[in-house]
Amino acid sequence: MDLNTLTIDAVRCAIAEGKTTATRLAESFYAKIEKEDQAIGAYLTISKDRAMAKAAQIDAMAAKGEKLQPLGGVPVGIKDVMVTRGVRTTAGSKVLKNFVPPYDCTAVARMEAAGAVVLGKMNCDEFAMGSSNENSAYKPVHNPRDLTRVPGGSSGGSAAAVASGMAVVTLGSDTGGSIRQPASFCGVVGLMPTYGRVSRYGLIAFASSLDHIGPLAKTVKDAAIVLGTIAGRDPMDSTSADLPVPDYVAELEKPVRSLKLGVAKEYFGEGLDREVRAAIEFAIQKLATLGCEIVPVSLPHTEYAIPTYYLVATAEASSNLARYDGVRYGHRAQSVRSLSDMYERTRDQGFGAEVKRRIMLGTYALSAGYYDAYYLKAQRVRTLLTRDFEEAFKMVDAIVTPTSPTAAFKLGEKTGNPLAMYLADIYTVTADLVGVPGISIPCGETREKLPIGLQILGRHFDEATILRLAHAYEQARKN
Amino acid sequence: MKVAEKDVLYVADLANLELSPDERPRMVRDLNSILDYIDRLNQLDTSDVAAMAQTSDRFGVDQSKRGSERFAYASRDDIHNGLRESLPRDEALANAPESDGNFFQVPKVIER
Repeated sequence: MDLNTLTIDAVRCAIAEGKTTATRLAESFYAKIEKEDQAIGAYLTISKDRAMAKAAQIDAMAAKGEKLQPLGGVPVGIKDVMVTRGVRTTAGSKVLKNFVPPYDCTAVARMEAAGAVVLGKMNCDEFAMGSSNENSAYKPVHNPRDLTRVPGGSSGGSAAAVASGMAVVTLGSDTGGSIRQPASFCGVVGLMPTYGRVSRYGLIAFASSLDHIGPLAKTVKDAAIVLGTIAGRDPMDSTSADLPVPDYVAELEKPVRSLKLGVAKEYFGEGLDREVRAAIEFAIQKLATLGCEIVPVSLPHTEYAIPTYYLVATAEASSNLARYDGVRYGHRAQSVRSLSDMYERTRDQGFGAEVKRRIMLGTYALSAGYYDAYYLKAQRVRTLLTRDFEEAFKMVDAIVTPTSPTAAFKLGEKTGNPLAMYLADIYTVTADLVGVPGISIPCGETREKLPIGLQILGRHFDEATILRLAHAYEQARKN
Repeated sequence: MKVAEKDVLYVADLANLELSPDERPRMVRDLNSILDYIDRLNQLDTSDVAAMAQTSDRFGVDQSKRGSERFAYASRDDIHNGLRESLPRDEALANAPESDGNFFQVPKVIER
């Protein structure tokens, strides 16, 4: 069995037909991780006891002839910003180096309740702050397509594991592009659902008005299956929407003919790589041949999205990360003179440079005398960005853009310049600020064989349409 | 330059961060470069634009209701249905850097 191309349905078929067992499958994944992850660095922690217990449970059910669950026996990886009971969860930070959570993140619990086998926790940028995975306090992740390049971030481990066949699907989180951009860099599918579609209970908070959990997968169908598993109201997260969850897999097969697709010129401006632009334009033509109507739209405030994002996200982060004070869990500085000395030294030792930079920027933006000029200003521009999308979605059913202005860049290329790194998210941050869902799907390669991602953005709570479009495009590209 | 080293030290104090002397010049440089970029927001007149804290401020489920009642977060199911059980003490203390088994321990708070 080729682990590199294995999908959810293929796993369930193989187990149901007795060609393999969940236990044997988990073992082959662990053997592959043992052999190949040294070079890639996708995993931070292996949860073998938990995985093998779950696999045994699936095999016992299968032996009794019970129908396999939607993710029955499927080996998955979880970004290390989602807490897992009894399994170390670090958020890629030294401050949580030995943190063993006492409860499970709802999305993880739902995956396991649907039969998933959690192989381990995926490497990521510290507290999901980064676009290259180089901010992990433990190790960088290398892009499986070219080990000298970054996998994108912050869900770099989640994307690299799927791309290299070290997990069938993974969960990531997206605050400014952290699912879609690494999916694009690694050549896999990455879906950010609508804000409120998936519970964030147990997601280590970065920016609460922007954080989303979603799947990374090899196919659009796998992403649809996972979304259907994790979506829906959760009493433990008061921001989770109390809306019915459609059968996303059934929605995939509906026709895309006569759907209106918006193309915004603001996403094709300066900074867009020539090869990326050509691939996106080619993909748009392909969608047109499938019967979609291509409609020019304008999102005039797009150029203000990055500055808005870096005020809103850092302000919220400065507040959320105040909890890491060395009192109740996580790292505590030793030989301190006083309580305040303990706070300061714990945080200085526990946080990396990018996390400190963002806490500083966010604290500054919220501080007396600057609140109106920075934080409040950004909140007002957020309204303008939202209006752009409201207007556009009056005319179109979805908007297609590049996911990232370039293909994967080299390790170290942008680490010296935080602003250059922030601009890697220029096409993804707006969807987080506006709360609309977005998917990135592979749409070609550069001459250097680096994957290029096509982004499709949809209306609030209309994941079904973007999944349907992505699926139709994926099938058409195959043929 | 928008922020000088003394501003960086003031903000670090607010954020309970102890920046080492080598970290300070880099922080001054990085914050100024980011704040300069952020300046472009001032090209926009937002005097008549409402601030938006949450996307669900605008996309509530029940449009006929007003304010927070429109949203799921208007209700906390755990409280409405009676208080949820809290973590057992030993689990809550299991990750504590220092504990006496009943409480989290910290350095002395009040100096005499």
